[in-house]
Parts: sequence; C-alpha cells; structure tokens
Amino acid sequence: MTHSLLSLAAFPNWEELQRVLLLTDYNTRIVIIGTTLLGAAAGMVGSFTLLRKRSLMGDALSHATLPGIALAFILAPTFGLDGKSLGVLLFGATLSGLLGVVVILAIRSQTRLKEDTALGAVLSVFFGAGVALLGVIQKMNQGHAAGLESFILGKTATMSSTDLQLIFVAGAICVGGCILCFKELKLLCFDDVYAGSRGYRVLWIDILLMGLVVIVTIVGLQAVGLILVIALLVIPAAAARFWTSDLRPMFIGAGIIGAVSGYIGAGCSALFPKLPSGAMIVLVSTNLFLISMVFGTRRGILSRARRRQRLNRSIDRQHLLRAIYESLELTQEAALGSVRRSVTLKDLLPQRSWSMQQLHRILRRTQSEELVEWVGSEIRLTRRGIIEARRLTRQHRLWELYLINYADVAPGRVDRDADAIEHVLEPEIVSELEKLLQDEQPDLPASPHDLSDSGVFRALPEGGSPQ
Amino acid sequence: MIQLLAMPGLRLLPADWDWGLDGQIVLAGVLCAVAASLLGNFLVLRRLSMLGDAISHAVLPGLAAAFFLSNSRDSLPMLVGAVIAGVVTALLTEWIRSLGRVEEGASMGVVFTSLFALGLVMIVQAADEVDLHPDCVLYGALENMTMTSVAGFSIPTPVITLGTVLLINLLFVILFFKELKVTSFDPSLATTTGFNASFMHYLLMVLVAVTAVASFETVGNILVVAMFVVPPAAAWLLTDRLWLMILLSAVLAAASAFGGHVAALEVPKWFGYGSTTTTGMMAVVAGLILFLAALFSPSHGILIRLIRRRMLAFSILADDIVALLYRIQERNHETSATFQNLQTILLSDRLSLKCVLYLLIRREQVVPDGQEFRLTDSGTSSAQQLVRSHRLWEQYLASHTAVQPGSLHDKAEKFEHFTTRELRKQLSDATNSPDVDPHGREIPGESVEQDSQTP
Amino acid sequence: MTNSAPSPLSVSDLTVAYHRKPVVWDIGFDIPQGSLVGIVGPNGAGKSTLLKAVMDLIPRASGRIEVFGLPWKQARHRVGYVPQRESVDWDFPVDALDVVTMGLYRELGWFRPVRRRHRDRAMEALDRVGIADLAGRQISQLSGGQQQRTFLARALVQDADLYLMDEPFAAVDASTERAIVEILRELQRTGRTAAVIHHDLQTVPEYFDYVVLLNMRIVAHGPVAEAFTTENLQKTYGGRLTLLDEVSEAMRRRERSM
Repeated sequence: MTHSLLSLAAFPNWEELQRVLLLTDYNTRIVIIGTTLLGAAAGMVGSFTLLRKRSLMGDALSHATLPGIALAFILAPTFGLDGKSLGVLLFGATLSGLLGVVVILAIRSQTRLKEDTALGAVLSVFFGAGVALLGVIQKMNQGHAAGLESFILGKTATMSSTDLQLIFVAGAICVGGCILCFKELKLLCFDDVYAGSRGYRVLWIDILLMGLVVIVTIVGLQAVGLILVIALLVIPAAAARFWTSDLRPMFIGAGIIGAVSGYIGAGCSALFPKLPSGAMIVLVSTNLFLISMVFGTRRGILSRARRRQRLNRSIDRQHLLRAIYESLELTQEAALGSVRRSVTLKDLLPQRSWSMQQLHRILRRTQSEELVEWVGSEIRLTRRGIIEARRLTRQHRLWELYLINYADVAPGRVDRDADAIEHVLEPEIVSELEKLLQDEQPDLPASPHDLSDSGVFRALPEGGSPQ
Repeated sequence: MIQLLAMPGLRLLPADWDWGLDGQIVLAGVLCAVAASLLGNFLVLRRLSMLGDAISHAVLPGLAAAFFLSNSRDSLPMLVGAVIAGVVTALLTEWIRSLGRVEEGASMGVVFTSLFALGLVMIVQAADEVDLHPDCVLYGALENMTMTSVAGFSIPTPVITLGTVLLINLLFVILFFKELKVTSFDPSLATTTGFNASFMHYLLMVLVAVTAVASFETVGNILVVAMFVVPPAAAWLLTDRLWLMILLSAVLAAASAFGGHVAALEVPKWFGYGSTTTTGMMAVVAGLILFLAALFSPSHGILIRLIRRRMLAFSILADDIVALLYRIQERNHETSATFQNLQTILLSDRLSLKCVLYLLIRREQVVPDGQEFRLTDSGTSSAQQLVRSHRLWEQYLASHTAVQPGSLHDKAEKFEHFTTRELRKQLSDATNSPDVDPHGREIPGESVEQDSQTP
Repeated sequence: MTNSAPSPLSVSDLTVAYHRKPVVWDIGFDIPQGSLVGIVGPNGAGKSTLLKAVMDLIPRASGRIEVFGLPWKQARHRVGYVPQRESVDWDFPVDALDVVTMGLYRELGWFRPVRRRHRDRAMEALDRVGIADLAGRQISQLSGGQQQRTFLARALVQDADLYLMDEPFAAVDASTERAIVEILRELQRTGRTAAVIHHDLQTVPEYFDYVVLLNMRIVAHGPVAEAFTTENLQKTYGGRLTLLDEVSEAMRRRERSM
C-alpha cells in the first residue's frame, strides 16, 4: 500500500499487479479479502432490502451511526475502555443506528410526516449530531480524533487482521442468517400481508432484516465509510436483478457482484495512487451495474430489445404468410393446398400498410426460413409454408368468430382486433376456441368479412405490436 | 437591536460573543437555512425529501469538475457544475427507474452514491492542485469563511452567494406559489388544466442543486439536507396553511441556525469540553425543534393527542360512574356504591377512578356518603339523560337492526357517550317514544334544563 | 356525429393498456350535448381508465378523442374533472377554499396571484355545494361527503361545459348524494354535459338520461330507456369473457418480458 503510493509511476508494472491481485502482500491481502467479503455479504443482504423497497432505510441507518461512534469514543474512558478500540466504537455505532431506525418508524407511525421526510430528517439530524460531537473531540484532544473521521469516507489502509476477523464473522452471520431464514425473508419481501395472515410475525422478520443491514453497515463503515456503504447494499442487488427474475440466483449473483466490486475496487486503490478505496469499490460496482443494465439476460435493455425484435419479426412473417394465403383465396385457388400458385408483389402490397422495401425485407427473412420461395419475379409458399399459412389463417378466423359471437365486435372491425391478438395465441387458447366454436365451423372457416375490402387493413401499426 | 441582545443583563448570548465574528457565522447560517427551507417545504409535501438528499450528495462531481476546470473557488463555474449535476441526478434516477425498471428508491441510491464516489475520487485526485478537502464539502466550514470586499466592507463570500440564492428561492416561491401549490397537491388537476407539472419538478430540482452548492462552503452538503427537510417538517406539524407553513419553516430554520451557533459555543462547556462546530449543532437544534413540534403541536402533537384521548376516556368513565350510581339507586341499592364495588364493576384502575370521582364531586354531581357515593340532584338529572340515551339506543337497535339481543347493551354502552339531545329526540321519534327498553326497564324522560352532556 | 354541433365528448377506437394490460379495449361512443351520462360497469371494467385516457393523464395505445370537436389539448379549458377522493394527500396544508380556488389557477395563468374576486367566486361555488361555512377548514378535517363536495365545487368554479366525474357518489352520506344530484340537474338545465362514473345500478334511471355500459369494451350505450336493459346489464356484469381475459394476460406476459 505505502509502496504503491510512493511509486508515482502512472501504471503499475507486472510484479506489482501480481503482488496485489494474487494477494501475496500481507497488507493488501487483508484489505482485499476484507472488502471482498464485505461486498459479498452486503450484496446478499441488499437483495432483500431492495425487494422490500427499503433501500434508502439503510442510507439513513448508516448516517445515524456517526453520533454513536463519537459518543462511544468520548465516553469510553469513563468506563475504563479504550476509546480507539474498534469494538467499542462499533458498539456505539450499532446503538445509535438502531435508535435512528426506531425514530424513523416512530415518526412514520405517530405523525403526519411521510416516510421520505422521516428518513431525511433522521439522516441529517443524526449526522449533524455526529459532526458536532466530532467537533468536540477535535477540540478536546488533537491526537486521538484523527481516526474517527475515517468512518465517514472509509479508509481500508488501516485495516488490521483483527478487523478482518470481525468482517469475517459478521459476513458469516449475514450469509448464514440470509440462508437460514431464506424462505421467511422471501415471503416478507413478496407479500408481507400474506405472511402476517399465515401467522408469521412480520415485525420480527423485518427486525431480522434490519439487524442484518445494521451488521453490514457497521462492518462497512471502516471499508467504505458511512456515506457510501448504502451503495454496497443497493447497487449489486439492483445489478443482479437484470440477470434473473428468480430470487435465489439474484441473491447469489448480488453476492458475486458485490465481491467482485470489493476485490477490484480495493485492488485499484492499492495499485494506483490517490484513489480512495471506498469510492473505487462503489465506482466498480456502478460499472457492473451499468453493464448489467445493458447486457443483463433477463431484464437488461438489450435483451429486452432483442426479444421485442424477435416478436416483431415473427409477427411480420405471420402477416406475410396470411397475406399470401388470403390473396390466393381471393382467386379461389388455395383451398386445398394442392395448387401452389405464385403471387406477385403487386398483389401483396395493398394487403397491409407495408412499403415495398419492408415487404422485400420480410420476404428475405421468410425465404431463409424456407417458408416461401421465388418463382421468377413472383413468390409462392413452400410445402411447409402452406401448412403454416393455413394454421395462421385458421387461428385468425377462429378468433374473429369468437369476437363476433361473444364480444359483440362488429364484423367490419374484427380483423384488426384479431390481428392484435393472434400473435400471442397459445395452443391452449386455440383449442379452447375450437371447443367453443366447433359445432358450426369447418376445418378452415371462411373469413367473416369481405377479404377484398382492403379498408380493413387501414392504419395498422407497423409490425402490428400487440396492443 | 444588536445592543439589546448584547446587554450583559440579558444573558441570551455566550459571554465571549463577538458580533464581528459570531455575527458573520450566524448570518451565513441563517441565510443558508432559510434559503434551503423555502424549497424544502415542497420537497416534503411532494415526498421528495430523499431526492433532495440525493441531489445534495450528487452535486459533488459537478463541484469538483468546476474546480478542475476553473482552478478556483469561483461561484459561477461551481453553480453551473451544480445545476448540471443536479439535473443529471434527477434525470438519471428517472431514466434508470423507467428504462431499467428499478424501484425508485433503489435507482436513487444507485445514482447518488455513484456520483458521490466519482466526485470523491476527483477531489482526492485534485487535492494537490486545488485547495479543497472532502471534509469541507461534507460538513462545511462556517468558522473559516473566505472574505470578499464589497464597497469597502469585508464580507464573507458565502454571505453574498447565499444571499443571492435566498433571493432567488424567495422569488421562486412567491412567483410560483400557486403553481407549486397545485402541482404538489394534485398533479393530475395541474396536468388536466394545462400546467406542466414536470417543468415545475425540474425547476425545483435545479434550485435544490443550486442551494446545495451554495451551502457547501457553509454547512456542507449533507447538513444542508437537514435544512431542506427538518424545518418544513416541523412547520407542517404546526399548521394547516401552506403560506404559514412556509413562513414558519423559514422562522424555524433561522432559529436553528442562530440556536445552533449559540449551542455550539455553549453546550459542550456544560460537560467541560471546548466549543464545537456550528454546522452540526444547527442540524441538532433543528432536530430538537422537530421533536418538540411532534410532541407539543397544538393540533397534531403526539402528547396533545395522548392527553385528548385521556380526557375522552375520563369523560366516558365519568358518564359510566354517574350511570352506574343511577342504576344502583334504581334497584334500591342491591349493591352498595363503595369505591371497591365501583372499581370492580367498571373495570377501572384505581388512579383514574379516584381522579374522576374527585372531578365529579367538584362538579357537584356526586357526593360521598360514608363509604358510599350518592348522586346529587344535578347528577341524577344527567344520569337520567345518559340512561335515557342508553335505553333508547337499545330500543332502536332492537327494533331497527338485527343486532343480537345479547350484544344490545354493549353497543348502546358505546353510543350513549356520543348522544346529544338532538340525537335522542330523533331516536325517540324513530322508536315511537317508548316507555321501556327491550329489557323491560323504564326509560327516563328528557330533562328540562340545558343538556349538560355533549361529547 | 351527424348533428351540426359537435358532441361534447366523442371517443373512437380507444384502447388503453395499463401496465401493459389492456383495460379498455377498442371502444367508441359519442355523448349528446346537455345530457347526464352514467358510466356503469363492474370493478376493473376500465371506467376510471377511460376518463383518465380522455384527459391524457395516462397514455393510450390507440384511439381518437374529441371534445367539442377539438383535440383534448385545445378544449381542455371547457372540461371540469372531479377525481376520486383517494387521488390526493388530504394532509396537505390547504383549506377547502384553497382547493376550490385551484380550479381558477389556469384561468389566472402563470405568476398571477389569487385575488379577492377569485376567492369570492370560489366561495360562491362552495355555497352552491352547501359547505360555504367550512371554507376555512383544513381538508383532512372534512368528512368524506364534504371532501367530495369540495372537489365538486372546484370543478364548478371552472365553469366548464363538460364535467367528468369519477365516482362522486362513492362513500358519501345521503345528503351529499342529494346535493350532488341537485347540482347535476342544475348543470343540465344550463346546457352543460356531465359524464359520471356510477356504481349504484338502482339509481341509474333516476339520475341519468344516457348510459354507457362498459366492461373492457362497450356493451351498450344510448338513452337510459333503450340501453339500460336487463339483457345489456347481464352482458356487462354477467361474467367476463374468459378467453378475452386469457389472451390479454398472454399479451401482458409477452410485453413484460421485453
């Protein structure tokens, strides 16, 4: 650590990199293992607070620890304890953090003030009290106070092996607590009213969760400081959510993202000069968050866009097939599929509100799926294409009939309504439709409206998004 | 006025108070506190307190960037940086919430911690070049303000900055009073009538950012949150008028600033320590004011509500005692009306019963008679009204509703305390002025004198 | 829309998806000038959604809205809205008169402060709904019925030509209900139109002369005598179209995964 601060070289050489990342150096080892553990524990606990929508409660709680720390430092000598011992300070931090939570709950339930105001008031007033007490300490004894302020912004460099033990124990308690009470916490986050009706004491589970948050916060004070510790609770959990919609993988993922943030963040801080470790850990996790937000496989922006595109393409394909089929029907030649006549693009164009360019694009894709083929400058359905087109047309018409018979939709507009729906028709729904309409319908029902009336295709949204 | 406050006999101020120095500190503190609390009212009412907190954290990188670029502590670049950072926070929060579908609190948490961390790294990187320490940003330095000379006077720079910001905020609140009111109270009405609610939102956020930055030199960017949130919260507990709430919050904010400085000088001395920082104490005093407001507010105070509930319980107990004594007299004293018996029958605790009996004796409705208690004439008449209410209710419930006969008494017992003469008349009309209740007991007639018993 | 004067409210092809789930589906109707229109349907039929979509408060997936023949934005000054009571925070530090005065803010325009004559007009409106004596009360200290009357007064003060009311009769006392009906009648006498979401089927023929039966789609609309029939009611309330539900659910799932 000291070494890397002294070496003003912009980029560390290979040896240093190895020394820091492979944890050969004692100091760095302690710091990095400590922050990694912390990140993991915070990420796991954070997934529950995130789902419980209590993310900012942790923020207020961590700010509220400051007066406890300062007071413990001032009062410790009176009880014959060492004011600089971490245990004493953290004990004070715990007490005032919990007091802060109690005050928040009291304000929320006893006055007309809302939760956000309660959080803001407690956060700032407790922090103010802490600052005032720090001021007192500064005046009373110059030499001793220096250590306390590191709790605000964090200072990993001062971590010792006893601190590491503390982090280890606390981390183990958090992870153990989460795993042991996994199903209770899950129920709490998902539906606390139901949990209450099943005889769970919601308050106690809430207290358990808050207790875990307190532990993470207290331990995190040293590493990242009380302002940024909330980041460790929020960011990894929020990032993990982009990758999965299941709680268990999210829980594990948040732990991993937290751990990686701790590891890389502390590593960077050790390798480069003048990079505060707390802020670096947060920034690394922010980057992981942004990556997850864009690339996350479950809720990430890209994957959602890709899924939308895939749906739009399949809608386009379905429209094309049905358009070909219906234009054949108009000339009464498609009925049995034995006649595979081709159609011109000119026939297809007025069927929908698509441009020639769009039509060509859709055709290209459908052709590569071997559903249509070119015959000279005309197109026709392949064998598979006919089967698929028949299926689609049938679905569409069944649905139209349902709308006419059961939902009183005018025949003139069913086509458009059915258009919006048919692309999400699942096999069960189709079979239900069949059951409902079976008596009166032949294999492929005739269209209930005039097909040549191209007016029914007016104003179709592009791609026919299902709304 | 200055002389008045400094008079030795008044002892309002610490002995070593120096208007030159302490006055400056108080002035800067008051300006900052009032400027913040003016906007804070709308943060609190719109449930945006935590967005205020987020913005005041997140202006740090804007601030640091301004330092980097201008290499000075000039206000203008700082202000620009802050406005950008503030709007970016509000936008990013909204963006992550909608695009990433992250819950609002969490998206706020992601944005402001990230920006704060970024700002921190920037400041530490630049520490050698510019005179800016993270501590200063966090909890200000009211005691060491830089000075500027204006028209020959040496004035602390923050006083000028904060004065300007206060003026802007004041103008904003006055000019947009009705727009702020309607967009905060009922955004949908604002939208349907054509006020742009989101324009007001972002304007408010810009000013919050400006105020946070202007305050960073004096109270620091965490404690400014105390000034945003706490005085308006206290004011909301004290009044139901918006303009009064704003006025009160400004007064309370100024009081916190002033009291904060005095407390910073005095309070540590009580415990044998030196003075402490004013900024921290400002927040503490503001918190204290909120605490007092929450307890003692005439309309919404916790303690006041408690007392009111107690009084209601007492008045119900008084009614019960009077009615019980009447029933005992009615049944020719089958049970004796001793203190012990009253307590057992009414299931009351000794203290309340004693208090209420004492009150009833003072009111000359009950007199002690040896070991027992007896109703006076006025006591008898109010007891008659109570019993009349009770039995009319029983009659009414029995004839008009499907209440189980067994629970008639309990229901009537609850209602009788809230039954006025007018209501009794309606009850009596509705039940065809019966003479006896469903249990066959006589219903006393209406008294002639003024109804003594209103809830 | 064959008559010369444009209909106060004309809705066509309106589809609204709330949280991506279609709640109002391809509906269209015109309401005649000077009528009291009851909008009736079971819970979750999309009644409030319909009103909110008319006022651009929620985005619509498709459809065209015309108010007096104009798009909403150009005609909104002619519309008064009475929202549901739950839509605001009643702890807000304003009194009844303040709330009513808010109806005049748009007329006042930006910056301009409220003057005595505006307050007088608000007072007049409070008097019309019969709670002038409560003008100075903080709104949380009003009873449910009085809160509803305050909202009604706020809409009245706007002096609109079309009133949209979201369940004004929900959980109010009998005298408030009578007062609201009285005011509706008076509005009608002066040529105003009101569309009111209503729950109590029994009072529909008594209060309204035109009715819109809604259950995701329009089941029927027209004069009460024609449209408010047992058959139509059965269609409206008699069970939902399960397949329609199912398919909208499938659409919603698809959308959510994007």
